[in-house]
Amino acid sequence: MEYAVALIVLLCLVGLVVMRPLLAGAPESPDGGAREELEAAKEAKYREIRDAELDVQMGKLSKEDHRSIDRELRGEAIEILERLDRLDGRAPDS
Amino acid sequence: MAGIGSACLFAGLLTAVYAAGASLYGVRAGNAAFVISGRRAIYCLAALMLGATAVLQSAFLRSDFSYALVAEGSSTDTPTFYKVTAMWATQDGSLLLWALLLSLFASAVLFLTRRSLRGIAPYATAVLAIVAGFFLLLMVGWENPFGTLANPPAEGGGLNPLLRHPAMMIHPPMLYTGYVGFSIPFAFAVGALITRNTGADWIRATRRFALVAWTFLGTGIMLGALWSYTELGWGGYWAWDPVENASLMPWLVGTAFLHSIMVQEKRGMLKIWNVCLIIATFVLALLGTFLVRSGILDSIHAFGASTIGVQFLVFIALVVVGSTALVISRLPYLRSEARLDSLLSREAFFLLNNLVLVALCLVIFWGTFFPLISEAVTGTEASVGPPWFNRLTTPLALVLVLLMAIGPVVSWRRISPAGLLRAFMWPVLGALLTLLVALALTPAGERPLALLMSCFAALVLAVVVQEFWRGASARRTISGDPWPRALSRLVARNRRRYGGYIAHAGIVVLFLGVAGSSAFLEQRDVRLSPGDTFKSGGYDITYERATATLGEDRAGSGAPITFGAVLRARDEDGKTFTLRPSRNFYPTQDASKGAIGRFFEGEATSEVDVRWGLRRDLWTAIRPDISALEGPIREANAKFGNSSGDVQALVIAALAERYRRDPAPATFRAIVSPLVSWIWIGGGIVLLGALIAAWPSPEARLRRVRSLYSARLGRDLRAEPS
Repeated sequence: MEYAVALIVLLCLVGLVVMRPLLAGAPESPDGGAREELEAAKEAKYREIRDAELDVQMGKLSKEDHRSIDRELRGEAIEILERLDRLDGRAPDS
Repeated sequence: MAGIGSACLFAGLLTAVYAAGASLYGVRAGNAAFVISGRRAIYCLAALMLGATAVLQSAFLRSDFSYALVAEGSSTDTPTFYKVTAMWATQDGSLLLWALLLSLFASAVLFLTRRSLRGIAPYATAVLAIVAGFFLLLMVGWENPFGTLANPPAEGGGLNPLLRHPAMMIHPPMLYTGYVGFSIPFAFAVGALITRNTGADWIRATRRFALVAWTFLGTGIMLGALWSYTELGWGGYWAWDPVENASLMPWLVGTAFLHSIMVQEKRGMLKIWNVCLIIATFVLALLGTFLVRSGILDSIHAFGASTIGVQFLVFIALVVVGSTALVISRLPYLRSEARLDSLLSREAFFLLNNLVLVALCLVIFWGTFFPLISEAVTGTEASVGPPWFNRLTTPLALVLVLLMAIGPVVSWRRISPAGLLRAFMWPVLGALLTLLVALALTPAGERPLALLMSCFAALVLAVVVQEFWRGASARRTISGDPWPRALSRLVARNRRRYGGYIAHAGIVVLFLGVAGSSAFLEQRDVRLSPGDTFKSGGYDITYERATATLGEDRAGSGAPITFGAVLRARDEDGKTFTLRPSRNFYPTQDASKGAIGRFFEGEATSEVDVRWGLRRDLWTAIRPDISALEGPIREANAKFGNSSGDVQALVIAALAERYRRDPAPATFRAIVSPLVSWIWIGGGIVLLGALIAAWPSPEARLRRVRSLYSARLGRDLRAEPS
């Protein structure tokens, strides 16, 4: 008896929680989460650029190597920033 | 109350099924409401598991023996701390712990990714729900922790005395948190494969969970080693026991994964390797849980035979087959985005480090399962012992340490040979200096492998120090900060890198402890009467007198009788100190032993006494000979078997006093282990490094604020993140 009552009560409580979005309709962000992903990618790219800077300052990378790596990484970072701009409905900076 | 607990489990099973179904339907039909509903179901699952755990814990604390689990694993005289932790000493309770931890981890990761990874997260939700559902199904169908007894006993069986050790009671939840934690990156990897979104997004979202899992698993392994050293009475910390190995294997592969995902994040390479590593880690985590509970391999850790071995094996097989098929079907999407620019690059050394770690795992896997393999092939069970493991793992460990020295000084993409030589000059000089000092001042020359390990360890430590010094110097050049500030800002700005270096330092310190303690260990087993003296590893040890106490064991494990010894030890410098090894005796419920005899003839555990030191430990254990009490115990059983508890207590006290006054010669084991304390210190340093690496970076914390301003690249990079 205790088991049956507890099970019914618990299932009702779970039902209340999980059914709410179905009844209310899910709030959906217009970008479908792409902004968060791009922001994370941007931070990761920044970290890579800073890592390369630290490497050249510590003498692990030659200035020549760093220049080419840095150019490539900055190009990728700018691409991410342009995609973020497009999400905001702005034309990418030329 | 047991009904409420069972209801929580069944409701949990239905909720997990719903979570999987709603998430899959939501993502396939493009209906976000179902995806959110599925995610909420996981939150509900966590609440239900918390409820179930609360019901069971309450039963343990109340010593409610109507619960079969409480009657089996606890007793009224079990100390409160051990009552709380007795849940995971049993099979059913540990399944509940798995489900609880999994639901909490899953809730945390799904909450953190609720606005991102819209494609991957629903599939990950479904995978996590299926894994949780499997454990719930085991409990609902076969191993219900809320099973009740029609006729509850007046007293429970009590917690296994071997488990009455603080480290041992924290060790299982630590291991399980590690095992469960690896299910998070596994689930997101499966999601990434299904959606063909095989970039680094899933790694970025779950990397921290993998690191937390690795840290917990490593800490659990260390606590297990400490328990073995201080509780099991054999004097070692690692015996290559199947269950120990089962926890080490996912840790090794998890270590490889944590390194190789950096290559994917930075260069878009090793995608197939990374998904294979995380699948292997998760499967090995399941296997670890299975080995502890199945009893298929002989182990001091396999507490009780299992009724769920077949179910576990079927689930593991499904995970292996399903994941492999998924990886094969997605091979075209797992191509590297870049090529290895040079063999002298960090990514190349990461790959080498991965190969060594996986090789170590394969060796351990083969040695662990060899008894089963040999029985299947030849019909006779044969096993390999510690010498076999040591012979094969030591060279691999040496290569690993050498790679730990090289990896950090090499930059991504490429480093010139001249740059490598320049970076290595000081560390190599440091290592050579260590070699000379070790040869001149220690007996390390007698053990070439130990000498090589100390040399490589010095190389790693010198590299770590050099990395900190060069990094802080670079910061000082830019900012003009004083040294302490430059150092702290360097670490704060690059937590992952410098936390990793600290972890490297900890690992080599730990390896030094292992090398020193295993190569130069001195052990003596002697039988002594009070007044006798023996020598061990530079100590003169005298057995001064026997001890016998009632209800006063030092470990607080609730043992009613403790027999021991007072030892007086003197080192080479004439410094003296006292050691008090003892042996706890726990009563048995076996009525045939008699009312008095059951207190002396139950299980007994060694309570070793250790003189801890940075240079060496002196470890002592005693095995008292109480055979002289057999006659008096038989008499007491006959005479006082039906007496009151108070009278029986007086009789037991008289018997103990008899042993104290006139003890038979006792057997002692004394072990002098050089550097063994550095194993625990190294473990602590690894933990510190892992915490630094896992701590959210200032960038992550500021991300939300910065995103409002859509900052431009140059300005962002110039800006200080803290």
